[in-house]
Amino acid sequence: MGGWPSCFGLRGEETEQVWRKRGRDSDTKPPKKPSKSRRKRIQFAENEEDDEALKMSTTGTLKPSSSELDLDRPNIEDYLPSGSSIQQEPDGKLRLRDLLDISPTLTEAAGAIVDDSFTRCFKSNSPEPWNWNIYLFPLWCFGVVFRYFILFPLRVIVLTLGWIIFLSSYIPVHFLLKGHEKLRRKLERLLVELICSFFVASWTGVVKYHGPRPSMRPNQVFVANHTSMIDFIILEQMTAFSVIMQKHAGWVGLLQSTILESVGCIWFNRTESKDREIVARKLREHVQGADNPLLIFPEGTCVNNHYTVMFKKGAFELGCSVCPIAIKYNKIFVDAFWNSRKQSFTKHLLQLMTSWAVVCDVWYLEPQNLKPGETPIEFAERVRDIISARAGLKKVPWDGYLKHSRPSPKHRERKQQSFADSVLRRLEEK
Amino acid sequence: MGSASSMLTQYDIEEVQEHCNNLFSQQEIVSLYQRFCQLDRNSKGFISADEFLSVPEFAMNPLSQRLLKMADGLNFKDFVAFLSAFSTKASLQQKIELIFKVYDTDGNGKVSFNDILQVLRDLSGSFMSDEQREKVLIQVLGEAGYTRESCLMLDDFIKVFGSSGVNMEVEVPVD
Repeated sequence: MGGWPSCFGLRGEETEQVWRKRGRDSDTKPPKKPSKSRRKRIQFAENEEDDEALKMSTTGTLKPSSSELDLDRPNIEDYLPSGSSIQQEPDGKLRLRDLLDISPTLTEAAGAIVDDSFTRCFKSNSPEPWNWNIYLFPLWCFGVVFRYFILFPLRVIVLTLGWIIFLSSYIPVHFLLKGHEKLRRKLERLLVELICSFFVASWTGVVKYHGPRPSMRPNQVFVANHTSMIDFIILEQMTAFSVIMQKHAGWVGLLQSTILESVGCIWFNRTESKDREIVARKLREHVQGADNPLLIFPEGTCVNNHYTVMFKKGAFELGCSVCPIAIKYNKIFVDAFWNSRKQSFTKHLLQLMTSWAVVCDVWYLEPQNLKPGETPIEFAERVRDIISARAGLKKVPWDGYLKHSRPSPKHRERKQQSFADSVLRRLEEK
Repeated sequence: MGSASSMLTQYDIEEVQEHCNNLFSQQEIVSLYQRFCQLDRNSKGFISADEFLSVPEFAMNPLSQRLLKMADGLNFKDFVAFLSAFSTKASLQQKIELIFKVYDTDGNGKVSFNDILQVLRDLSGSFMSDEQREKVLIQVLGEAGYTRESCLMLDDFIKVFGSSGVNMEVEVPVD
């Protein structure tokens, strides 16, 4: 892949292996089929178009939008398990039985009720209880006491210390160096990296970074899979990325509007439909202008670190290189998945701070470029392949925004069309 | 979510199993309970229509509204009984009974020409005109010996489906 400068010599044994394993042939591999669920039949349907996904509906009814992106749809045949298309195309004359037999459709519906690949992405799997016998239980109790009454206060102290150091440096720098933009920005970014390191330390984060560290070059964006907001903190402690985020309420929102401004942040609002064009424009401006690279989580929502949902194509049509980052958490001490439906971010952080450690691996992967003849959606899928393969995640063909909205009617229409065509065709046969 | 099986006692499991005529094994019932709790977000004891529709694969099914009418608001016991027609152990009769119930929306035991037309409308949407649907239906009904005015009963359904069986099975994932 062109564009990888030789000045970034591969550091260390592990990075060499990463390139050998993934690098050269990553773009020639076909898209990975999702793993076979234990259900006998799975009907994967196509992803939601980004346009429609952003149009949130409060009543739960759908707002279908223009289908201009129909040509850009990923090749859904890659996702369907081969040979088990539900609507088998039987031949021969049409009989009453064929019309009355709705069993394939009913089976699909019942199958979806019993188990579906979308809900699985957001399920937090509770770990096996290991403290179930007379020897381990007291040990576990001791562990709880240690974590809550010794580790937790220590961590709060460390974090408070970090905040004191940060604020006492950041505020002077911010106001006193108003005239010296470049220096001020440099220092502010270092300080942001510092406070992120303090955060990571407050959960005893054990992060192993693989691969060449991100470089501060123009014309590149970084994309990563998303499990929790701490993804951002873990990546930010290494590099002061600029980021695009949903504006939050509460103390997080306060942090967003003050400190993150120094690294340059783009806000979006999922509920506003016009927002999409504004955000796309801001992205393009940033990529061309700013001096620190942008970090984007193209899934658009937190997934449970076992699956990846479809990537939004916004990051892939900016005309620049895309550098994938894969993040995989080890659930040995704590499950870092932030299930925003079940707990607020504060509770999530407290849970992390009262566990033993947060262990994860971060892989910085080879930058990718849009290939000639490749659409942005195909590009997004290719990068998703690369990230999923590296982090050992399974791919599902769902749009993350389906958490908030219903699928577009065109999916149902496709099935209806296929049924209608089959009936009409067989009617012709005598 | 916690360990769901701790909330279902052995007595509960056996009661549910009996209610569904032993068509699901005890392990499958435990799995179904975990799934039920997952879909029933605020532990109301039943799954609302909205929660069913939050499963994208279900929402895009052409017959989802009909199934919703049958499954909406069911408690866990009835939920399992509803799904029992899809069990691998269910008999052909039970499967055809479910199909019949989907057609017979007013529950009077008779499926009229219009009932079948309605279901056809759900299945084919705007890709077939009403005339085309009627024409097709009249033709195949005629070939099977029925007229437009005939009302099909469960026995007629059983006759039509014949002995070739119906492929309507869903596997319950068991951890």
